[in-house]
Amino acid sequence: MTDWIDIGTLADIPQRGARTVQIGGEKEIAVFRTGDDHVFALVNECPHKKGPLSQGIVHGHSVACPLHNWNIALKTGEAQGADEGCTPTIAVRQEGGRILIARPTALKAAA
Amino acid sequence: MEFQDGLAPAVDSEDIILVPADDVREHLVVVGNGMAGCRAVEELLARDAGRYRVTIFGAEPYVNYNRIMLSPVLAGEKTFEQIVINDRAWYDDNGIELIAGDPVTAIDRDAKRVTAQSGRSVHYDKLLIATGSDPFIIPVPGKDLPGVISFRDMKDVDTMLEAADKGGAAVVIGGGLLGLEAAHGLTLRGMKVTVIHLMDTLMERQLDEAAGWLLKSALEGRGQTILTGANTEAIFGDGKVEGVRLKDGTEIPASLVVMAVGIRPSTALAREAGLEVNRGIKVNDHMVTSDPDVLAVGECVEHDGNVYGLVAPLWDMCRSLADGLTDQHTGYKGSVTSTKLKVAGLDVFSAGDFSGGEGCEDIVLRDASRGVYKRVIVKDDRIVGAVLYGDTVDGGWYFDMLKREEDVGEIRDLLIFGQAFASGGGALDPKAAVAALSDDAEICGCNGVSKGQVVSCIEAGNCSLDAVRATCKASASCGSCTGLVENLLAVVLGDDVASGPKTMCKCTSFTHDDVRREIVAQNMRSIPEVMQLLHWSTPDGCSSCRPALNYYLLCALPGEYQDDQQSRFVNERMHANIQKDGTYSVVPRMWGGLTNPRELRAIADVVEKYDAPMVKVTGGQRLDIFGIKKEDLPAVWADLNAAGMVSGHAYGKSLRTVKTCVGSEWCRFGTQDSTGLGVKIERMTWGSWMPHKFKIAVSGCPRNCAEATIKDFGVVCVDSGYELHVGGNGGIHVRATDLLCKVATEQEAMDYCAAFTQLYREEARYLERTAPWIERVGVDYVKQRIVEDEAGREALRARFLYSQSFSQDDPWAERAAGQHAELHQPLAPIAIAAE
Ligand code: SRM
Ligand SMILES: Cc1cc2nc3c(=O)[nH]c(=O)nc-3n(C[C@H](O)[C@H](O)[C@H](O)COP(=O)(O)OP(=O)(O)OC[C@H]3O[C@@H](n4cnc5c(N)ncnc54)[C@H](O)[C@@H]3O)c2cc1C
Ligand code: SF4
Ligand code: FES
Repeated sequence: MTDWIDIGTLADIPQRGARTVQIGGEKEIAVFRTGDDHVFALVNECPHKKGPLSQGIVHGHSVACPLHNWNIALKTGEAQGADEGCTPTIAVRQEGGRILIARPTALKAAA
Repeated sequence: MEFQDGLAPAVDSEDIILVPADDVREHLVVVGNGMAGCRAVEELLARDAGRYRVTIFGAEPYVNYNRIMLSPVLAGEKTFEQIVINDRAWYDDNGIELIAGDPVTAIDRDAKRVTAQSGRSVHYDKLLIATGSDPFIIPVPGKDLPGVISFRDMKDVDTMLEAADKGGAAVVIGGGLLGLEAAHGLTLRGMKVTVIHLMDTLMERQLDEAAGWLLKSALEGRGQTILTGANTEAIFGDGKVEGVRLKDGTEIPASLVVMAVGIRPSTALAREAGLEVNRGIKVNDHMVTSDPDVLAVGECVEHDGNVYGLVAPLWDMCRSLADGLTDQHTGYKGSVTSTKLKVAGLDVFSAGDFSGGEGCEDIVLRDASRGVYKRVIVKDDRIVGAVLYGDTVDGGWYFDMLKREEDVGEIRDLLIFGQAFASGGGALDPKAAVAALSDDAEICGCNGVSKGQVVSCIEAGNCSLDAVRATCKASASCGSCTGLVENLLAVVLGDDVASGPKTMCKCTSFTHDDVRREIVAQNMRSIPEVMQLLHWSTPDGCSSCRPALNYYLLCALPGEYQDDQQSRFVNERMHANIQKDGTYSVVPRMWGGLTNPRELRAIADVVEKYDAPMVKVTGGQRLDIFGIKKEDLPAVWADLNAAGMVSGHAYGKSLRTVKTCVGSEWCRFGTQDSTGLGVKIERMTWGSWMPHKFKIAVSGCPRNCAEATIKDFGVVCVDSGYELHVGGNGGIHVRATDLLCKVATEQEAMDYCAAFTQLYREEARYLERTAPWIERVGVDYVKQRIVEDEAGREALRARFLYSQSFSQDDPWAERAAGQHAELHQPLAPIAIAAE
């Protein structure tokens, strides 16, 4: 069974923006909110050179990395277009206005 | 635009319109100042301008406006002024008497007189009834409560806007075109909207079940609640609307109820006057009623057993009517209607009969990933109906074949892939598609303009989209035919025009220049508005168009535009330069490259306090502090602010630095105070947002130690004054400046600098530095605007300074004071307890 962690409300994240969250000693996670209020969570590292994706421009269901403008699909973490690479995604759901993310797997295994 | 002079004037019953004694023209009186009434008058004027004296009565207190554009007004995309079709001047110029806000209450056919509510009575020779439709109100309890309205005129829109201002919930009864547009507008205005629809399919008269379902899920995705198969039992509330109850007992709270269940021809006046009325006022092929001196046109009429509820048929009617009035006898033959709509930004098209039935074959194409559904209904090798959802480009083609009853046997198998494919080619070529349309194919449904009319308009010398819009009105209303008109321009004018400048990005078919021009022309005020009005193909753009739009709007609306942080590249959002490890560098402004012990101490303190791994003198004569974490930025800025320093904008598409050299104060060769002038110029220009970064330098003599001749604006001081240089660039392709001119005083140097900067701000494309911009427009053009046109220069300078009055607040100070703290802080850190 997945452990869900409450990390805040939708309103805490700017529309077409992201906030970061650190859970335990794990890698920083970027939690994105799109223009149509979907929420996605990815490890905050670009598959290219680890650019902080949380700082990119969010458009549609993608984010443009702030360092070299790769486009990353928020749902899959895959680089789009000619670029290749993938950032790990983290399951996330919205419940009664709260945002819950799945406890990262590495953490779970360690616990 | 609401004008009071036509409002219910107090008059005696006599004709108060003063007619010059020698005006012996026949008097045409029009009842109804709406779309059909005024269009009929326009058609008449186009044929024989002087023939009739014209008086128009309108129940609404406005000039003639475009009713179909009420939806964009509700949605906040247009203002009332922008949907006016004929303004006051049109009435005046054509000698038309408009009596607005005074409905006609009776027609006396024997005396040939109409009487209005105010008591005013007017004699007519010919009477034209164009009273449109009345919204149908379902007879449920509570229908008369305050807060229950229909969606028909400007007054209804005003009521909706008022309700939306207060927020809360709204119920829209009716899931047809009108209801959905009302629901969309109210949703955009922030209300929680529920649509109640009696049938199982939304817009069941235009869409089949599959398309209706796609529409429903798309609207639900936008936050509306859609209840199909829902029957309203009552509207309840104490003194005002509080909600709607359905037959199954469900209660939906609402402070506003919009009834949009249908319309009925407005025939009461005609019926009481004894004219022949069935469902609508009966007319013949020239729009003449049972009384030869009384005509009727628009939604209020019934022709050959049909009544219409869309504008396209009205245009045909108005043509036949005007022909009849000017003794040309081409009669109206009825209209087959098609509906091409953007409902809530979704493309929907339907035409003809799609109910299927005996002998009908369906050809269907679904493309789930693109959200496309197409269905063409064929009977005996003729198209009888079509429903398109998501991709409606071929709507006009199907509709054209349907109207001409063309035999499609030969291309039947390819039909569903669209015109370009079916007519050979294979590859999609939209130009070939419009070229193949027949001359009478309708291009612009809103204004009833055919392909032939657009083509002759272009051939008459209107070679741009704007010119076509201004002249024949095609694409001037909802804009959904813009692509067609552009393709026609390309077809008529040849490939030279077609292969113009590149489009802004893959989200739009417009170029940077088009977008900028339209933002100003249509007075657009936000990024979503631009995307909506210019038909962006993506929901919210991409990382290249969003920053550009943000800049264009900011430049067009100084002091008014609400900057969109999320459309800014990270550096401009964080007011610092992002580094490869995700930390930031911080460059405080040092005016003209000058500094002092207090600033140096503050910088030294910051470096120590925040453990900055490096501090460096930059090529722009500033100090750069590296390795600051995003969380620490506000505190760093607070410390620098305390020492009097502000943001250096080393991160922005903005004024960067003004480099100076020592100048006449100290240098043995210096001719003028280059340091002092540099500081003054930096004080004037700092904080300004630009299409790209912008660098200035002032050198004290032609030795040019500040490298002014590779700057966007450079000043080289000489004995007799100041040489002004523009369009230089270091960087990737080095370009030395062009000499703009020489001036005698510091003040002139400043004035020219401000004017040049503003010209660049207003006319360059986003991410185009001055060097490529000047290569593109030519230095002569810049000289003409800045040097030769003195008044123009002064106006540019004034606009720059006006814009600067809003942009010289230090962005660091705002952040240091706590604004946008969320950009710097992670969500609450979560420590996981060991299990
Ligand atoms: C810090 C600095 C180098 C230094 O340590 O001296 C610098 C650093 C960067 N420059 Fe520069 N440029 C710096 C002076 C210059 C100069 C010299 C000048 O301004 O006199 C030039 C040539 C003059 C010119 O612009 O025409 C220069 C031409 C560029 C270019 C090429 C521009 C072009 O039009 O071709 C880029 C790339 C770009 O902007 O797209 C660039 C981009 C950059 C960026 C912003 C790269 C980036 O996107 O991250 C570097 C940011 C580093 C950082 O995080 O601070 N930098 N850069 C200088 C900052 C000046 C300042 O105080 O604000
Ligand atoms: C919100 C909305 C969106 C629409 N969208 C579309 C669309 O996208 N496509 C489309 O094809 N159609 C659309 N329509 C329908 C289109 O607006 C009508 O078909 C068109 O306006 C009909 O023109 P008309 O002149 O017959 O009636 P109107 O434009 O309604 O004009 C009738 C005028 O007569 C006045 N009047 C009535 N009685 C009297 C009287 N006794 N004395 C004086 N004046 C009187 C009325 O006040 C009104 O101003 C839309 C309608 C609405 C309301
Ligand atoms: S020259 Fe290249 S490496 Fe050096 S600061 Fe400029 S952009 Fe960075
Ligand atoms: S690190 Fe993301 S694109 Fe290079």
